[in-house]
Amino acid sequence: MMLIDTLAQGLLLGGLYALFAAGLSLVFGIMRLVNLAHGDLIILGAYLILTLATVTGLHPFVAVVLAAPLMFGLGWLLQTHLLNRVLGEDILPPLLVTFGLSVVIQNGLLSAFTADSRKLTAGPIEAASVDLGIVTLGVMPVLTFASAVAVVFALNRLFYRTALGRAFRATSDDQTTAQLMGIEPKRIFAMATGIALVVATIAALFLGTRANFDPSIGPARLLYAFEAVIIGGLGSLWGTLAGGIVIGMAQAVGASINPEWQILSGHIAFVIVLLLKPRGLFPRAND
Amino acid sequence: MTINRNLGLGLAFVALALLYALPALAPRAVVQDLFGILTLLVLAMNWNMLAGFAGLVSVGQQAFVGIGAYAMFAAIILLGLDPLVGVLIGGVAAAVFAVPMAFFAFRLNGAYFAIGTWVVADIARLGISQWKALGGGTGTSLPKGTAKEMAFVDQIKAMLDVSSAAAADALTYWLMLSLAVAMLVASYVFLRSRMGLGLQAIRDNENAARSVGVDPVRLKALVFLLCAFGTGLCGALAFIQITRVTPDAAFSVIDWTAFVIFITVIGGIGTLPGPIIGVVVFYALQRLLADYGTIYLIVLGCLGIAVMLFARRGLWGMFTDRTGIDLLPLGHRPPQGGRVTSPTRRTA
Repeated sequence: MMLIDTLAQGLLLGGLYALFAAGLSLVFGIMRLVNLAHGDLIILGAYLILTLATVTGLHPFVAVVLAAPLMFGLGWLLQTHLLNRVLGEDILPPLLVTFGLSVVIQNGLLSAFTADSRKLTAGPIEAASVDLGIVTLGVMPVLTFASAVAVVFALNRLFYRTALGRAFRATSDDQTTAQLMGIEPKRIFAMATGIALVVATIAALFLGTRANFDPSIGPARLLYAFEAVIIGGLGSLWGTLAGGIVIGMAQAVGASINPEWQILSGHIAFVIVLLLKPRGLFPRAND
Repeated sequence: MTINRNLGLGLAFVALALLYALPALAPRAVVQDLFGILTLLVLAMNWNMLAGFAGLVSVGQQAFVGIGAYAMFAAIILLGLDPLVGVLIGGVAAAVFAVPMAFFAFRLNGAYFAIGTWVVADIARLGISQWKALGGGTGTSLPKGTAKEMAFVDQIKAMLDVSSAAAADALTYWLMLSLAVAMLVASYVFLRSRMGLGLQAIRDNENAARSVGVDPVRLKALVFLLCAFGTGLCGALAFIQITRVTPDAAFSVIDWTAFVIFITVIGGIGTLPGPIIGVVVFYALQRLLADYGTIYLIVLGCLGIAVMLFARRGLWGMFTDRTGIDLLPLGHRPPQGGRVTSPTRRTA
């Protein structure tokens, strides 16, 4: 009974991690870019929602609709003016640029908002729960998980059923040939990073309503997200969801034994999966 | 050009002599400040070796600093050994930890290696937090007076005619300075050697390097282990000065890895003098912007990004390009014309 409850909570937590990871997975799949600032961009999204909600008095769930296009724009600009210039054979420049970006965002947020913990208040829905007989689940965690499934589903539709998705896949497979067909890779990349930051904004909404956040917590979220992406197999979005669930469940089980073991158990699950399946559970890309 | 080079090397020797004489000339605060700079320099030289020459972009260097520090504390508190023996044990412990870490992280390609090492470092931090004998998550302090009772402190005290605390500072300072010099000399000798040539060949074109018999995995693993040893020694030595260890401080990704990455990148990644230039710039920035809180971190981040955009070989690379002066050149002259050289087999 306890175990089922723990696993159910872990499953739902995995939804949150999958949301952290979906944007990373998309960007990696298309341009092989590893964005070390992704965690901090999620936290930036959370502060943006907080600011919009405070200034306009809107509910966070509405404020996120305003925040999403802004974050899309930020992603577009970042890719066009910064990341596109360092993409190439050498992996060092993009890694170091995104690492620098991470430190800049973290400390920028620290100067603007101080180190105090903040939270997005969503009202009575935060405490609401549904009784399923065997387990009782919070409405917010269920909503988080449902959003993760919806986001992965939508991204997959986009990837495999639209003209933009075809351009994404073509660029990912062979940039030069895609260019011959009239696709401009740099625009495609800007589009992808924009979409990734929209997903990050959705992740930020659930991160911020679920628990407190402060400017320093980005890198830890980045690690969970990367673990989910790598466990799932590079380039597979459903794999990323599965990876998030593995990390979420491992953390929940660890925490139920000893609260200090929560994060450690997630990391260890990551190491074990990688030792058994070096390319992740559902690999698509070849690198 | 050779005159310039000899002049440069001569100046470097004078500066080095001054640095060794410093504890006898300058107040204790200056010695302590320089100790901090040298700590970052040693860490940066190790990271530069990994990322700049072996192509291993590690974001997990804090694992070696933390394990070095904790092994040193364990040697003093649990085994009652001399701190200097503890430092050596710290280096060895870090190198031992690097074996399973390499086994795991080497399965991850390129950028994912960075994340893998970061996760392993976090595992080490969380694991050490469970070590109750050394204070668990809240950490522990060195027994009072440990540093003053170190070997050689009495002799230094008599020689410089200073307090025991100042003598202990001088000793750790000299050790860190010697570690930095040893790192620099060892890096130069290693990179000029057959193995170093193989390493740079792998970095420039792995397939071509393999085709002439270089074994990339073996060479990279060797560099990884040696750098873990150097980083562990440095971490243990640094924490003799700090005297207190907590998992969060000893495994801090900002203090022991982020700063080090920026120092190397700004100074010139993949060049030997790069970290030295970088650490000077870093220290100047820190001093200049000390009153503005986190601004200097933002400036540092922006500088790092700017270097990657406009001058990938950093300040030293720019200097070498402009002036043609390279104090520690790593290139080899091509074989002399006229003589037919048979292709040599390189099994580095």
